Amino acid sequence: MNAPIIDVQVTLSRWPFRRLPLDETPALVEALQSHGITQAWAGSFDALLHKDIASANARLVDECAKHGSGVLLPFGTVNPKLPDWEEDLRRCAEDYGMRGIRLHPNYHGYALDDPLFARLLQLATERKLIVQITTAMEDERMMHPLLQVKPVDVNPLVDLLPTVPGARIVLLNALRTVPAPILPKIIGAGEVYAEIASLEGVGGITNILQHMPAGRLLFGSHAPLFYLESALLKIKESPLTDEQLNGICRENAARVLAA
Amino acid sequence: MLNPPAEIWDLHTHLSGVPGRTPDEKMVNLLGFAERMGIAKQVVFMGMEFSYEPTPEKFRQENDEVLQALSHYHDRAFGFVYLNPKFEKESLDEFDRCVVNGPMVGIKLWVAEHCNAASLDPIIARAAAHKALVFQHTWIKITGNLPGESTPMELAELASRHPGAILICGHCGGDWELGIRAIRPHKNIYADLAGGDPTAGFTEMAVRELGVERVLFGSDAGGRSFASQLAKVYGARITDDDKRLILSGNLKRLLTPILEAKGVKV
Ligand SMILES: [Zn+2]
Repeated sequence: MNAPIIDVQVTLSRWPFRRLPLDETPALVEALQSHGITQAWAGSFDALLHKDIASANARLVDECAKHGSGVLLPFGTVNPKLPDWEEDLRRCAEDYGMRGIRLHPNYHGYALDDPLFARLLQLATERKLIVQITTAMEDERMMHPLLQVKPVDVNPLVDLLPTVPGARIVLLNALRTVPAPILPKIIGAGEVYAEIASLEGVGGITNILQHMPAGRLLFGSHAPLFYLESALLKIKESPLTDEQLNGICRENAARVLAA
Repeated sequence: MLNPPAEIWDLHTHLSGVPGRTPDEKMVNLLGFAERMGIAKQVVFMGMEFSYEPTPEKFRQENDEVLQALSHYHDRAFGFVYLNPKFEKESLDEFDRCVVNGPMVGIKLWVAEHCNAASLDPIIARAAAHKALVFQHTWIKITGNLPGESTPMELAELASRHPGAILICGHCGGDWELGIRAIRPHKNIYADLAGGDPTAGFTEMAVRELGVERVLFGSDAGGRSFASQLAKVYGARITDDDKRLILSGNLKRLLTPILEAKGVKV
């Protein structure tokens, strides 16, 4: 695998519960580059719990500019439960020129059938922003006892997406939280993509392609919380055609970004 | 990912979760994926369908499935015998059938009984007498363990009663930051890296707190991918020599006495 890779899920700053070997941005970028990852869509761990999300987004932009080496694309976070969240969205689009945003509905306390989410999705789509939805950050079984967060239920997307034409959704860590049999319904509800970071099972990519088209599958590592090598080895574990491999590793993500 | 490539022995694989209708079909598929990932040898345990509290009939059937799967691949795979300590006599008989008089080299205990229970003692003593490895599943779930599901703290109790046994802490308790601490004082407990998310820092902490000799690579395939689990070793900030010990050297060292006793060249 020598072709360049687009990683749609990395995260900067500090995971709240432990230090991670690659949680300094220069070290992360060096690791990404050493594995042929030429672009990575970066959110911030600060976005999970910080109320001053505007400063978390500002730091994310700053960090990507200072240490990103042209690899990191900042994906700011908007929390629609915060007062005047529309201004955060405006800054992401207008001031920072971001290509997308990353949402954490479970950490921010709303469900996808909340009218606030519908409005956020509508406004983000009008601003041509990709909307990443992280369905889970980690395994619920080992969460901190004082911070147990259920995975996001993505079923409301089925009814919502037809009402928001042009919406581009990238689900993060959903291939563990969304059962494979209901995946076609979710992926088919609109322009919905999923990435491989938390995909499991022997020959995982081969298996999941029986439930969704290869054109909707993206490369995501969930580094630095996960070892970067996990996603890289998954594309080796499953026997894939060159077309599937190029699509998953790069072309699908490039197409989402260009739209 | 190492140069030259590391020899890899996988401590922890299953027939369940692998495509195929028979043990033989599943084994072919499992080995096919393993080969793509450079895995030379693997340990297999439990049958085509898992059972929390197997009756003696059920664990015998599961072990028969593993024996069948192994039958064509004694050069590439080893088996551990699945037992239920709630059936002490039947478990000892099954150990004799599959380990003493058969090709298997260890025991797998899952969630039928807490591993600090006295009912384990004769089984662990018999395993130690035959140099068989004892793999005990453990997890610490903030969402609640299964009724008979063991923790690493319970395994530590068992270890202090059986200092001569080779005990493996399955999944390192899942919540590995707790599991590693719980087994740390007991030099005869080894850490299985398998079966949880590839969370960065796990392997580094295990090596730091236990010493590299006590850390073993396992995948828990087919439920898990080989990729996510190998990443825990390849991605760790440890030396290449340490990676080689974890990927095969340590397991080879632990299995050598029982394999040699069976006349298998290592
Ligand atoms: Zn297992």
